[in-house]
Amino acid sequence: MKCETCGKIATVHLTEIKNGKKIEKHLCEQCAAQSEGLSTKSHMPINELLTNFVMNHGGLATKPQESVACPHCGITWAEFRQSGLLGCEHDYPTFDKEMTPLLKRAHEDAAHHVGKVPTRRGSSGVPVKRTLDAARLRKELARAVETEDYERAAKLRDQIRQAEG
Amino acid sequence: MKLSDLTNQAGEWLRGSGPMSEIVISSRIRLARNVSGYPFLSKSSRHQRNALEKKVRDTILTLQPADHMLYVDLEDAPQVDRDLLVERHLISKPHAAAEGARGVAIGENETVSIMVNEEDHLRIQVLRSGLQLEETWAQINKIDDVLENKLDFAFHPRFGYLTACPTNVGTGIRVSVMLHLPALKLTGEIEKVFRAAKDLRLAVRGLYGEGTEATGDFYQISNQTTLGKTEEEIINDLKHVVIPKIIDYEHQARKMLLTERTVALDDKVQRALGILRTARLIASEETLFLLSHLRVGINLGRVKDVDIRTLNELFLMTQPAHLQKMHGKKLEGDARRAVRADYIRSRLGGN
Repeated sequence: MKCETCGKIATVHLTEIKNGKKIEKHLCEQCAAQSEGLSTKSHMPINELLTNFVMNHGGLATKPQESVACPHCGITWAEFRQSGLLGCEHDYPTFDKEMTPLLKRAHEDAAHHVGKVPTRRGSSGVPVKRTLDAARLRKELARAVETEDYERAAKLRDQIRQAEG
Repeated sequence: MKLSDLTNQAGEWLRGSGPMSEIVISSRIRLARNVSGYPFLSKSSRHQRNALEKKVRDTILTLQPADHMLYVDLEDAPQVDRDLLVERHLISKPHAAAEGARGVAIGENETVSIMVNEEDHLRIQVLRSGLQLEETWAQINKIDDVLENKLDFAFHPRFGYLTACPTNVGTGIRVSVMLHLPALKLTGEIEKVFRAAKDLRLAVRGLYGEGTEATGDFYQISNQTTLGKTEEEIINDLKHVVIPKIIDYEHQARKMLLTERTVALDDKVQRALGILRTARLIASEETLFLLSHLRVGINLGRVKDVDIRTLNELFLMTQPAHLQKMHGKKLEGDARRAVRADYIRSRLGGN
């Protein structure tokens, strides 16, 4: 396919939906770069693109699960993939299998929280002290893996299992 | 304090001071939180949505997590008030346009805003002028601590703070720095910054966040990853790695313009000032564009008789909702452009 602007080989293919109409553009890399900020023109910020990307890939291996609904809010995985929004806090553990690979794609291969923990008892019912420990251990584990200290990593992994019960 | 009082003053973040303020307009952090026991908004009934809004509103007004909290009920607020809040970066565009029970609490000289029933139950935001990410984090962390005394936030030991969209889960944090990069734009090097930011999994957006275009050479850089890193790590990546580099590039580009393309630079700056001081009808996009050029002129000492504070106020007050609020009536088309041009001339000593 040729670039609409200059006739060179088109490598950037853009589909834009404007007022319900589909507009396709085919450009070469140079013309695409000059066409100031394609991402802003398509009104699709990077994280939305990323979300879409993640959603599209996240579902491939999980077809059989799609009809399972969350017992609390009733959302199915298929419904979530369409809207990009979850229905309630229980969806995360409910769709654990599908969720974890999706989170890894969206968050630089991470699937574990290591940041702030509420000081009050979390809604999960897990005492906060324990979750804090697990979070800290997980961070140490990441560091151990980074420095290739596998002996320590194995030890930490066991401790995390214990901490999480 | 009433909403109408806002129009007469500029928020803290527009003071035009703060570290690196010649390039860094503002530092912003927001935390996404949901209240356990209530479904997320896409699955909330009208009744649940109303009940949650009331619960969160009452909690905020009782706890006063920031000084002088003002709560604005957005379901009842007129369009111009909602637009005004968007222009002041206190609520998002989707929050202004949405329907149903929702609101925003504003406090501490507009550095703090807490959106209720946006995409998540709570979107806590702290916005400060210049590069002040650590101070911003300290402030918002405290507010979050105060709120969690009364609100049981949805949290899971492995997933962290649970959010409606999995792209926010974990810390629920979005750290954004608003940059003014006119020289990198002029020298055509801005694309390099975008590419580098993308490689580092950072988002580049326009003046009003998600889905807005970069106008007037203002760019908002923010993290995408919210899981698997601590809040401090996310902040430090931006503060010590990414932002200083971009600031440095912009400085170099400005220096280059100043030494090698002085006439071209002065031409841009003086033309901008000339139009702003003489125009009789001016659209908001053109205003933003010209004020951007004027800003770099002031920063580089090419314009001496306009101060940065006046300029910042112009950025704010020339926006559609602000102009209409100032005049107390709906203004459209040429009427609005005329009022805008008059205001700018009066502030810049034009004729």
